[in-house]
Amino acid sequence: MKISAFHLMPHRELPDDFEKRYESVWVTPPWWELADATRVGQYYNWTLDELLFAARAGFDGVCTNEHHQNAYGFMPSPNIMGAVLAKATNGSNVAIVQMGATLPTSNPPIRVAEEYAMLDCISGGRLVAGLPLGSPMDVNLAYGITPMEHRERYREAFALTLKAWQARELFAWNGRYYQLANVNLWPRPIQQPHPPVWVPGSGSISTFDFAVDNEVCYCFLSYSGAKAAKTMMQGYWDVVAKKGRETNPYRAGFLQLVAVAESDAAAEAKYARHVEYFYHKCLHWPIQYLSPPGNQDYRSLVAAAKSNIRRAEDPKSLRYRDFVEKGYVIAGSAATVRDRIKEEVVKGLRVGNLMVLLQIGSMPHELTLENMDRFARDVLPSLRGEWDDEGWVNHWWPERLRGSAKAPAPAPVGAGRS
Amino acid sequence: MSERTLAVWDGKVRVRVQSKGSGPALVFFHGPWGLTWDPFLDELAQSFTVHAPEHPGTTPGAPDDIYHLDGLWDLVLCYDELLQGLGVTDATLVGHSVGGMVACELAASYPTRAGKLALIAPLGFWRDADRVVNWAMLDPARLPEYVFRDPKSEAARRMFGVGDDPEAAQAAKVRLAWAMGTTSKFIWPLPDKGLKKRIHRVKAPTLLVWGKEDRLVPPVYADEFTRRISGARVQTVDGAGHVPHLERPDVVARMIREFASA
Repeated sequence: MKISAFHLMPHRELPDDFEKRYESVWVTPPWWELADATRVGQYYNWTLDELLFAARAGFDGVCTNEHHQNAYGFMPSPNIMGAVLAKATNGSNVAIVQMGATLPTSNPPIRVAEEYAMLDCISGGRLVAGLPLGSPMDVNLAYGITPMEHRERYREAFALTLKAWQARELFAWNGRYYQLANVNLWPRPIQQPHPPVWVPGSGSISTFDFAVDNEVCYCFLSYSGAKAAKTMMQGYWDVVAKKGRETNPYRAGFLQLVAVAESDAAAEAKYARHVEYFYHKCLHWPIQYLSPPGNQDYRSLVAAAKSNIRRAEDPKSLRYRDFVEKGYVIAGSAATVRDRIKEEVVKGLRVGNLMVLLQIGSMPHELTLENMDRFARDVLPSLRGEWDDEGWVNHWWPERLRGSAKAPAPAPVGAGRS
Repeated sequence: MSERTLAVWDGKVRVRVQSKGSGPALVFFHGPWGLTWDPFLDELAQSFTVHAPEHPGTTPGAPDDIYHLDGLWDLVLCYDELLQGLGVTDATLVGHSVGGMVACELAASYPTRAGKLALIAPLGFWRDADRVVNWAMLDPARLPEYVFRDPKSEAARRMFGVGDDPEAAQAAKVRLAWAMGTTSKFIWPLPDKGLKKRIHRVKAPTLLVWGKEDRLVPPVYADEFTRRISGARVQTVDGAGHVPHLERPDVVARMIREFASA
């Protein structure tokens, strides 16, 4: 299987009473009270250093993502980070997994197609092209896109992106939301017919259909662990089966928070406060931000009201041991972590493309490197062979990186390691 | 009360219209929380033939019709077709909140369609110093206290479906969310959609009605209308929030009756 290091680029030093004093970590947190640009420059550099450390330590890929006006993750342009990573990892077998640039917030959306093509060229064909819908906070509340148009814009932009990468001739796009008379992308990606596409989702049936119909890797970027995702991911696999596709585990990606130490007790001593910081402060926003009226279509709205879903439990009422017990975070000794990831995530959800979040909340730079190092040394090697016995091909991974992790792929001429 | 459903927009948008009363025609355009026939409309029906259309997408059984309209221009044309279908010419147009903006846009686009114009806490403008509250960002549990001065009133309970029946509560939740979603399509992310460029075309005598304690659209917005529509008058309603016609139906109906009959 393929295992990538994910990063959110959080504010690591929010005040202790943050969740009491401020209404939200997202959309409305006051920059001038909470942040300092020089210090934030340090966060960005730590983030890049941590991802590059992961790349050298043996991870298969490094992941960045896009959020706006968000103190728990502020890479508004993931492609700026991706460009640094692509250049600095040339000569290695590490994939640049952009999870990714958000189509509805890019206007015109071929900007994403262009930048991804640049990243693929710079990296010598190592790009994984995440094409997320974007959260309502980012797209509707921060970037002003009408909630009711959010999905329609995304789907139109998705089709435009795929066509822009592949078209042999200049074409005109006469869409509902985007009109372009002369689409003729420069550059085009190295990977043909296009880089592998991953689509993150959060469990809506229409996204399952979309992912399977478009033959992309469906990714659940969860902060609540595999136990909470079980029913949802089963729903995805049901759609895969119903549509007659092979149940290749590489059709699925999953994000898991992980913390490794010498022992389970040492993990608690080292990581507890950072895990609690993450769930108590980083995930602090009013629940209605997730569902501005119109963002959900009518069918989903009715289904959600009828299913009378229990309100998700409030993470603020939970502590470190709860998060670990419930699997929100898989933490402990290397053996504990390895066994739980195998059982709960890899087998439990049938996941071939695993992403792990190893820098969690306030976790400082040195401790992050330790966590990454322990994971890379003591956990990753025993996970890498998962699924090999079943012989699946990871169609959703850059073709030249699908094989052994050992032999470095050739870099583009003159690309040299930085 | 009679009701009929008219198909407009080349048959793609179905709009249910509830009608009641006798006398000159009055068309009521509801606000962001959908249409429920209420005592205010009953009051008006004593003096007018009241037609109350449902915003596209909020008519039961036709939720997805809203996707056939891309913007305000489409919506205004749709309502022009609807008024044609109803056989209504130079009626009194009454609108609340987002419906007030729609009524004003109609009166600007088709000055002869509006005999008179009565706008209750209408949207359509933006002032940086007096921000219109985006109700999509409010805690749903606290929405009633933003909409109504008295969130425990009978009218508030009617709108928000407070009661013991869980099924009715669920249905109300869906109805409200969809009404907010389909109307927000025309006012997102803020409600200045260019009315300031078009409002000079309004020729109808105009009345503005505002609840004195409107917590969503501050009453100062009345100035934006009165300085652009010659002769427009403002009447404020004591003890009312953003829905004065539901909070003080007799008072607001009387204001509109006197204005429209003058």
